[in-house]
Amino acid sequence: MTAGQITATQLVQEAPDQAGVGPFGPKPRRVSAGRIGLYAFLIVAALFFLIPVYIMIVTSLKGMPEIRLGHLFNLPGEPTFQPWIDAWLHACTGRDCNGLSPGFYNSVKITVPSVVISIICASINGYALTFWPYKGANLLFGLLVFGAFVPYQVVIYPLIIGLSSVGLFASLPGIIIVHTIFGMPILTLLFRNFYAAIPVELFKAARVDGAGFWRIFFYIMLPMSVPITVVAVILQVTGIWNDFLFGIVFAGRPNWPMTVQLNNIVNTTTGVREYNVNMAATILTAAVPLLIYFISGRWFVRGIAAGAVKG
Amino acid sequence: MTQNGTSVSIEDLSLNFGAVSVLQTLNLDVAEGEFIVLLGPSGCGKSTLLNCIAGLLDISHGRIFIKGKNVTWEEPKDRGIGMVFQSYALYPQMTVEKNLSFGLRVAGVPKDEIARRIARAAEILQIEPLLQRKPSALSGGQRQRVAIGRALVRDVDVFLFDEPLSNLDAKLRAELRVEIKLLHRKLENTMIYVTHDQIEAMTLADRIAVMKGGVIQQLDAPQTIYNRPVNRFVAGFLGSPAMNFIDGSLEKDKGDWHFVVEDVRIPLGTYAFEKEPTPGLAVFGMRPEHVAFNSGSGWPFSATANVEVVEPMGSDTLVWLKLGGQNFTVRVTSERTPSNADAVSIGFDPMRASLFDAQTGNRL
Amino acid sequence: MILVAVGVFVIGIGFSVLWSFTSSKLFPTYDFVGLAQYRRLWADSRWLVSVNNIWFFGLMSITCNMVFGYLLAVFMDQRIRQEDLFRSIFLYPFAMSLIVTGLVWQWVLDPNLGLQAALRNLGWSSFSFAPLVDAETAIYALVVAGIWQGSGVTMAILLAGLRGIDEDIWKAAKVDGIPTWRTHLSIVAPMMKGAFATAFVLQCVSVVRVYDLVIAMTGGGPGIATSMPAVYVIQLITVRQNVGQGMAAATMMLLPVLVVLAFSGILLWRRNREVGV
Repeated sequence: MTAGQITATQLVQEAPDQAGVGPFGPKPRRVSAGRIGLYAFLIVAALFFLIPVYIMIVTSLKGMPEIRLGHLFNLPGEPTFQPWIDAWLHACTGRDCNGLSPGFYNSVKITVPSVVISIICASINGYALTFWPYKGANLLFGLLVFGAFVPYQVVIYPLIIGLSSVGLFASLPGIIIVHTIFGMPILTLLFRNFYAAIPVELFKAARVDGAGFWRIFFYIMLPMSVPITVVAVILQVTGIWNDFLFGIVFAGRPNWPMTVQLNNIVNTTTGVREYNVNMAATILTAAVPLLIYFISGRWFVRGIAAGAVKG
Repeated sequence: MTQNGTSVSIEDLSLNFGAVSVLQTLNLDVAEGEFIVLLGPSGCGKSTLLNCIAGLLDISHGRIFIKGKNVTWEEPKDRGIGMVFQSYALYPQMTVEKNLSFGLRVAGVPKDEIARRIARAAEILQIEPLLQRKPSALSGGQRQRVAIGRALVRDVDVFLFDEPLSNLDAKLRAELRVEIKLLHRKLENTMIYVTHDQIEAMTLADRIAVMKGGVIQQLDAPQTIYNRPVNRFVAGFLGSPAMNFIDGSLEKDKGDWHFVVEDVRIPLGTYAFEKEPTPGLAVFGMRPEHVAFNSGSGWPFSATANVEVVEPMGSDTLVWLKLGGQNFTVRVTSERTPSNADAVSIGFDPMRASLFDAQTGNRL
Repeated sequence: MILVAVGVFVIGIGFSVLWSFTSSKLFPTYDFVGLAQYRRLWADSRWLVSVNNIWFFGLMSITCNMVFGYLLAVFMDQRIRQEDLFRSIFLYPFAMSLIVTGLVWQWVLDPNLGLQAALRNLGWSSFSFAPLVDAETAIYALVVAGIWQGSGVTMAILLAGLRGIDEDIWKAAKVDGIPTWRTHLSIVAPMMKGAFATAFVLQCVSVVRVYDLVIAMTGGGPGIATSMPAVYVIQLITVRQNVGQGMAAATMMLLPVLVVLAFSGILLWRRNREVGV
């Protein structure tokens, strides 16, 4: 039709020997050694991560006589849920034999208010730091970030003394305050980074429309903050639920969270060690954060990434 | 320009991602030393085609020859190609010199040979003073020059450019465009250049391949593509301001073909039909600069209309009118800019028009 | 609120440092004794073991974690099948408490119950693997448990870093004929400085704070073989009722953190200045 295409056709005809020889179509896929090695590595790694939990689950379903046989990897011959019931209701910590359930309720009582309060505080802080910069805000923020890196041991004793002096040491409010304070750096950072990514024009438009500090926060920022709040909740719930040190130091014996009770059950038993009960107790303690992990999926990864950004 | 053989030849190339067909039984022959531009909107498959030629994508069907050698299954490094990317893709922690030499060092090219090639590339691209700098200390234009240098030192037959100027501002783009053209003249290599910018395509190409939906719509010299687009898509994609399209119908009147819309009758006596047309719906295309403005009679077709909007663009002015009840723009030199609502006369020769089938969009 | 939080950190640190110069026993006193507590601290073999342990543990676990995490990330980035499944598997231990992690590995490594017993039962009677009961090897067991819990996170961070790298870089390297491993080593890894730094800082923080894991897995034993500064401080405050020396130890824990923070602060400042120029 046109000069150019005529040229092209001629050129093909000039080299007829090329046509019909040599490789054609997709490159044949070799199942290369590299590919096999890749999956082998991944599967071995996956086994490394999975086997301990597999052992825990099968052992928790075995009776003690079967455990003593030592067949660690075998599936339970006579599956029994008795160890789980024992772990929940009857396992002993010292003289009390009420199982893990009190610890579970304590953990709930500690986690829920701590998470709620710390997230409310942090979202307001992050919002104020981003949109209402006040004098010294940067310095304050810098110190807060520094707080995220301080080893807890450095602050624990003064906190004990401080809380004792106002009568909150070894009490539920005491441990909630501690969790709120220690959650503040990372959460504030999280919210600040989130709000910093919101176009400042949105804020300006609201100002022009006559909205004030709280109105902008409640009507504009908060509805936009759902994703970051989910991340924060995941981060805080797992963090506080898994906490051990603060629980054992600040909660006081009647309020000991699940992790502390678990450690006591397992590491202070006298006489025969009931491995099956111990493992059931351990799985029960890990259940809540694991549930959150598997339900939240990618959000959890985002939470970690967000938590990691603090560096 | 020496067209003494094929440099790149693509036979029946198809590429599917799952059920999605990205390239469809595509054929393309690029002559030795030719500058081919693959032009099209985003998603038309032009970059995909380039990646197939480079060996960065595995094809589903077909064959690729470079310099007469079947490279369909070859690794990119063995295809005799150099590639320049839109994002420059310079190795950020290496100096310019290391960037240029890294591939050669890995391939085990002797040191003095590397030095010679870098010196040559640096001289051609005028980046000698930059050799010890890192990419982060370079401007966008300088980075792109280094990226070209990396292809240059490979001493290859075929250069592949993947939208190399898209990340630059308009002024730099114009400068580098000229430099690439000079480079091509100097090296006389085959170059395949992907862009969505029609000005780059028009200015650089020996031939342009206009692509859409994984199919080459038209492969021709820039002027041919501009003046005789094979279909409505090509006609509309090239040219700024865009070609005027008027919907109407073809009628045969006393042995002469006319394009008719409302009270407008355009005689098509001077129009070169591809083949004898049939009466029916059609689209009449006319570029704004091919319309004469207030230049008296003597045109095969002339009409009067009222000015609706005037858009001064500096060098010239775009005047919006209505023709046959449809928008129609005319390009006018600045000195002759009319005012709004002026009644003006226009005229043109249908020889310069493009007529398309209303259904298929193909040129009539 | 933010003021309270910052106040607690600043005032808390202040008092800790202050009390480290006093002879406080069970309760804080203001009887200043100068550096006496520090002198006693550095003469305490338990502290010296703890410091040694934290260096060893830190070095081992961070190195292994990074290498393993990077390998996992690289392999995960090869367009593998079931990526989400593998990701879930590698990451789930991180959702668990360190107490749980510690207990799990305590059992797996228990000579009468865990791997050793299992493999002996399978007929490999000479198999001996009981790291936790040996003072020499117990700390390796801690490292393994630490990797089990934390390398998934390193993987996730580094994978995000890998995915953030311009695809054109890979293409350019391929056209240049650079082998994949070489591209990783010479081009991609250096481009991931940020992700590595993030993962590294995260590791450092968790190493300095390692407490739960030790308590649950070894209780600092056998003997004092796996004692760590974090454990040591708590013991001094609670069991041994020696607040002054405990605070001195806590202050020593703060020092490396300050050094690292100051260092990264300088780096950040220099980078900002470079961008400014």
